[in-house]
Amino acid sequence: MYAYDEIDRTLVNERVAEFRDQVKRRLSGELTEDEFKMLRLQNGVYLQLHAYMFRVAIPYGTLSSRQLRRLAHVARRYDRGYGHFTTRQNIQFNWIKLAELPDALADLAEVGIHAMQTSGNNTRNVTSDQWAGVAPGEIEDPRIWSEILRQYTTLHPEFSFLPRKFKFAITASAHDRAAIKIHDIGLRLHKNEAGETGFEVLVGGGLGRTPFIGKTIKPFVHGCDLLSYVEAIMRVYNQYGRRDNIYKARIKILVHELGIEKFAAEVEEEWQQMRDGSLKLDEEVVEDIRSRFSYPAYEKLPHMPDELRKAAQDPKFEAWRTNSVFPHKVQGYAITAISLKPVGGPPGDATADQMDALADLADKYSFGEIRVGHEQNLALPHVARRDLPALWKALDKIGLATPNVNLVSDIIACPGLDYCSLANARSIPIAQELTRRFANHDTANLIGRLHINISGCINACGHHHVGHIGILGVEKNGEEFYQITIGGRADEQAELGTLIGPAVKYGEVADVIEDIVEAYLALRARPDELFVDTVKRLGVEPFRERVYATR
Amino acid sequence: MTSPLEQKKIRIAGPSIVTANRTWDGAVIYRTAGRGWSPELSNAAIVRTSDDARALLAESVADDVGAVGAYIAPVEITDNGRIEPGNLREQIRRSGVTIGLLVQA
Repeated sequence: MYAYDEIDRTLVNERVAEFRDQVKRRLSGELTEDEFKMLRLQNGVYLQLHAYMFRVAIPYGTLSSRQLRRLAHVARRYDRGYGHFTTRQNIQFNWIKLAELPDALADLAEVGIHAMQTSGNNTRNVTSDQWAGVAPGEIEDPRIWSEILRQYTTLHPEFSFLPRKFKFAITASAHDRAAIKIHDIGLRLHKNEAGETGFEVLVGGGLGRTPFIGKTIKPFVHGCDLLSYVEAIMRVYNQYGRRDNIYKARIKILVHELGIEKFAAEVEEEWQQMRDGSLKLDEEVVEDIRSRFSYPAYEKLPHMPDELRKAAQDPKFEAWRTNSVFPHKVQGYAITAISLKPVGGPPGDATADQMDALADLADKYSFGEIRVGHEQNLALPHVARRDLPALWKALDKIGLATPNVNLVSDIIACPGLDYCSLANARSIPIAQELTRRFANHDTANLIGRLHINISGCINACGHHHVGHIGILGVEKNGEEFYQITIGGRADEQAELGTLIGPAVKYGEVADVIEDIVEAYLALRARPDELFVDTVKRLGVEPFRERVYATR
Repeated sequence: MTSPLEQKKIRIAGPSIVTANRTWDGAVIYRTAGRGWSPELSNAAIVRTSDDARALLAESVADDVGAVGAYIAPVEITDNGRIEPGNLREQIRRSGVTIGLLVQA
């Protein structure tokens, strides 16, 4: 966990007081909606179909049990008893009253949570690997650098009015769980040939209307140069990025239109003028941030304790363990993923009661820490393997032991037309139906790793472009239709999916997905060839033929 | 959501209403014939010509304190005179989400 200092606390509290005054003036009519809109957006407040939606940041996906309890409190006191974890390590509340928002923000501020950087044309919540600091083989904890970037970008005057929103993601593992290649700037910690630690910097990734995979702009940047190099990128973007057309304003368009070589040259020129200036990071500063991350006092524990050996006789426990328990950097401990994708449930939703119960379990079994991943699942990052059977029983009681992590029913979905004012079509009921179709755990295991992503409009909050199977809702003559892509992926081999054919009607989507999965099972070269690898080997044609031959 | 500004160019194709969200809590509301707002669609003022629709929208947008994001939406009038939403979006706004939730909404 990261401990906020007095400066952080003052900043957050002042922000609450400022927003309280702005809301008061809006409700009295002193501020018009046109004047107020940007102010509310800068505090994470959107207007959606049914009500205001309040988006709260969970920087780099790390939460304390105290913070999770406070989120539960907000869900219960100010909303309708649940929250929705998003694809960018935020949580959203769907039914907040504007008049009560300052109180909700004040309650969150008491535990160091805020809504800065969750909306608006500024630098957004810096995201990272949800297993940061505990993943085996990690170069170093990427949250240290996420926190440095968070402090640097928060309310940065030059970057508070960018042409469009701007998103960072950081990973320090060989397997990318932070989807860095679909961010405006992606950072990968690695070692160079001299054994020094630094960053590969990617730029111009993003989804939405015009999707691009990020390109490497510089293979290695030392940590001390990170801020100056990032600032050089953002200055070039701020100078040349289009402000006349919202659809062409993201940095990915600029990188695409200039070409990565020209863009890189512009950045290099800017960087050379400032790299040894005030943004050069002293090791002391980095060390100070590093020192404010605390790590548990792990015990020396066996890898295979008796409790685990005994519990392995229970097939239900084993199904969960083999699916949701992952290796930890410390022997005797495990990372446990918590699926928020129960059969028939809205992906990413958790009730206030579940949040409270999970906070208690985090205190009991995970040194009071919870993680939030972009796949809309949670994790307990420090669980002693001897405690896994007891944890599983407790999770099962609160509906959080669905053993479907990374399987076909672990679906990423945006809120869609059920909540969102931008959506053209519904996402959640499609996901719910698919989880019912693939509810059989043996079938899901037979299929293996398969990511389905659903977006209710071209803005792509459900990251459909990079789903192994992507589903995009569109509207045709007032009716919901869905385009299907296959072969996308969001990891270190990120690719955009390929459209398989004409859009299908709402009622046909689940059948089509079943057809695609059946085709894969028949076509795969061997049982461990993943869906996405079969698509890469064969292309989309066999799947297209299967789906459209009878339609 | 189509902004009121863009809707100045829109011609309505059938019976329509003006809807918005209430400023203080965001609740869905409908413009009434009495120049007020109601949470009930059944109380909405119906317009049938583009000129009337634009006039109702202009009057609604003028109430910036009471409502936010006013726009014209299509409705259907049933044989017994009941007002029903004219598309799925408005149906969801009136009746709530179409999905099963983990808690009772």
